[in-house]
Amino acid sequence: MSLQEKLISSFMVLENQGKLDLDSSIHDIRTEAISVFEKQGFPTKKDEEWKYTSLKSVLKHDYSVFPIAENSIEFKDVKKYFLHEIDSYKLIFIDGVYSSYLSETTHDGYDICLMSSALKKPKYKMVIDNYYNKIVNKKESVTNLNTAFSTEGAYIHIPKNIVLPKPIQIINFYTGNEKEILLQPRNLVIVGENSHVQIIERHQSLSSNVVLTNAVTEIFANKRAIVNYYKIQNDHESASLIDSTFVQQKESSIVSVNTYSFGGKLTRNNLEFYHEGEHIESHLNGISILNNKQHVDNHTLVKHQTPNCESFEIYKGIYDDASTGVFNGKVIVDQEAQKTNAFQQNNNILIGDRATINAKPQLEIFADDVKCSHGCTIGQLDESALFYMQSRGIPAKEAKALLLYAFTNEVVEKIKIPELKTRITKLIASKLGVKLGFDM
Amino acid sequence: MLKIENLHAEIEDKGILKGINLEVKAGEIHAIMGPNGSGKSTLASVIAGNETYAVSEGTITLDDEDLLDLSPDERAHKGVFMSFQYPIEIPGVSTTNFIKTAINENRKANGLEDLPAKEMLKMIREKSELLEMDRKFLSRSLNEGFSGGEKKRNEIFQMAMLEPKLAILDETDSGLDIDALKIVANGVNKLRNKDNAVIIITHYQRLLDHIVPDFVHVLYDGKIVKSGGKELAHELEEKGYDWIKELA
Repeated sequence: MSLQEKLISSFMVLENQGKLDLDSSIHDIRTEAISVFEKQGFPTKKDEEWKYTSLKSVLKHDYSVFPIAENSIEFKDVKKYFLHEIDSYKLIFIDGVYSSYLSETTHDGYDICLMSSALKKPKYKMVIDNYYNKIVNKKESVTNLNTAFSTEGAYIHIPKNIVLPKPIQIINFYTGNEKEILLQPRNLVIVGENSHVQIIERHQSLSSNVVLTNAVTEIFANKRAIVNYYKIQNDHESASLIDSTFVQQKESSIVSVNTYSFGGKLTRNNLEFYHEGEHIESHLNGISILNNKQHVDNHTLVKHQTPNCESFEIYKGIYDDASTGVFNGKVIVDQEAQKTNAFQQNNNILIGDRATINAKPQLEIFADDVKCSHGCTIGQLDESALFYMQSRGIPAKEAKALLLYAFTNEVVEKIKIPELKTRITKLIASKLGVKLGFDM
Repeated sequence: MLKIENLHAEIEDKGILKGINLEVKAGEIHAIMGPNGSGKSTLASVIAGNETYAVSEGTITLDDEDLLDLSPDERAHKGVFMSFQYPIEIPGVSTTNFIKTAINENRKANGLEDLPAKEMLKMIREKSELLEMDRKFLSRSLNEGFSGGEKKRNEIFQMAMLEPKLAILDETDSGLDIDALKIVANGVNKLRNKDNAVIIITHYQRLLDHIVPDFVHVLYDGKIVKSGGKELAHELEEKGYDWIKELA
């Protein structure tokens, strides 16, 4: 039985067990999603959007589909995966199940809590009806798969005029107690007018057992809201991740999504921004540092459909050994979106002899009074810079690492939480195998 | 200290240096002058270890140790420093962090612990004051967006920090206005002592008014065709290089 068939029959079993909110509107959404998924199946390389990423190797496993038992882990064992230097709200999931003792939620003036309760409790019904599954890309079969199955994740609803006093950390741990597991977290983030939220998200496997995560996040930024979202992807080489994040922005809102891909077997990031209002700013920042046979595919879309908005996209990639990268950055400027300022930059360095990057900037511009630029480079390390550094006594290995580090610095500088910036700096340094004698 | 014997170097099979002999003793300043394309900068690059050039014949030793077998960083650890004619811009690494890394790598190679942060800062302050550098350059990305003169000053600042045994200044005067030239020359003079040596590579005499050489060598077509004292520089300034070509 293929994974697709197994998933479809699992859906029916779960439905029969009454686990999929049979009496709510969510059930209709699920039923529709699974029937669309059944038609679509998993994407293959024949699909234009998946041309350079094959899911074959991650789909061949016999995944357990629904987590049953709560597995516990000790905080001391996983402390290093938290940004523990700062106070934060925490939504922690272990093998897809909410862990109350590792989490810190709130309902005090705003909701930072669980998707499972938001989907069930009547008091959230109106919000769920208004926002849930509204901006996902329904053409994407993996997103439909998540919609069909997902029951848990982060539910964050911040009403207007609130500057959140501390960031929110969402961490999904996988214990490896199941040999092969498919997890499908679902996050919903709604940020009210003038409110300000910072979110750090991480998926972390704690063993070398196989895990495939198929995550979906919807982010709604209302007028003048500011949202900074950071994704840390530094997982084991037995872990794969398909992450789909959809952002809808209203007038004068500012949203940044920052993606740091340093580990994992296969990582696919779908990131889509939709503008609904003027004077919106969208920031898409990414750093990928890969080695061995790792694969990262960053697929982004910014849809400018209103005038006077700006988008800034910068993705940098370093590829060693036989790693492969994909950058597909699509920017659409509708005819109504005059005075758009869309900037896109993608720089790649290939270090490994067998490393590959497929870079594809795509601009579709239907308005005539716009400023759109894109730049894409694929190169190797600058030999003259290496000689310069060596001539000052910095050995070749350190000089290379420092140059690569410097290459990513432009993106690191955009991190607005100092402790997170330090953490990302350290992750980059360790991934590059360099000991930095200073803070950048 | 530095001994170059019968040095031949080429790039893509094209000979550039064709038998250089030069000896520089501790405490000395040597100037190497010559028309464009005579091989001056190649000589500097070859001493510093730039692998763009292949050495086909001859030897370079520093205190009787063969330099040609060493990588550029290993040569730096032995005390060789070259100030670049065109310093490289390195976006994302500040001047301060770069020089800290360089100093500690040199110390490590020589079996020393990292320089304590406090001493490092003190040294950075002293040396940047010596070169009358604007402090804001220290926190900016190395050479990025610096003017030609600022880059050269930054090179001499790094030299002051690294305290090399042998400093090679490759066209350090180009891009400097007269005030900056004096500051840079003053910096170099203050760093001189009986144990180190300087090679100045220049097209013009003007830097040599401020850093007075003990010897002047004229390079033409990959060979030293004439050597003399500081008066040779004046003679070249007056007469130009054409008469030198006759000597070759």
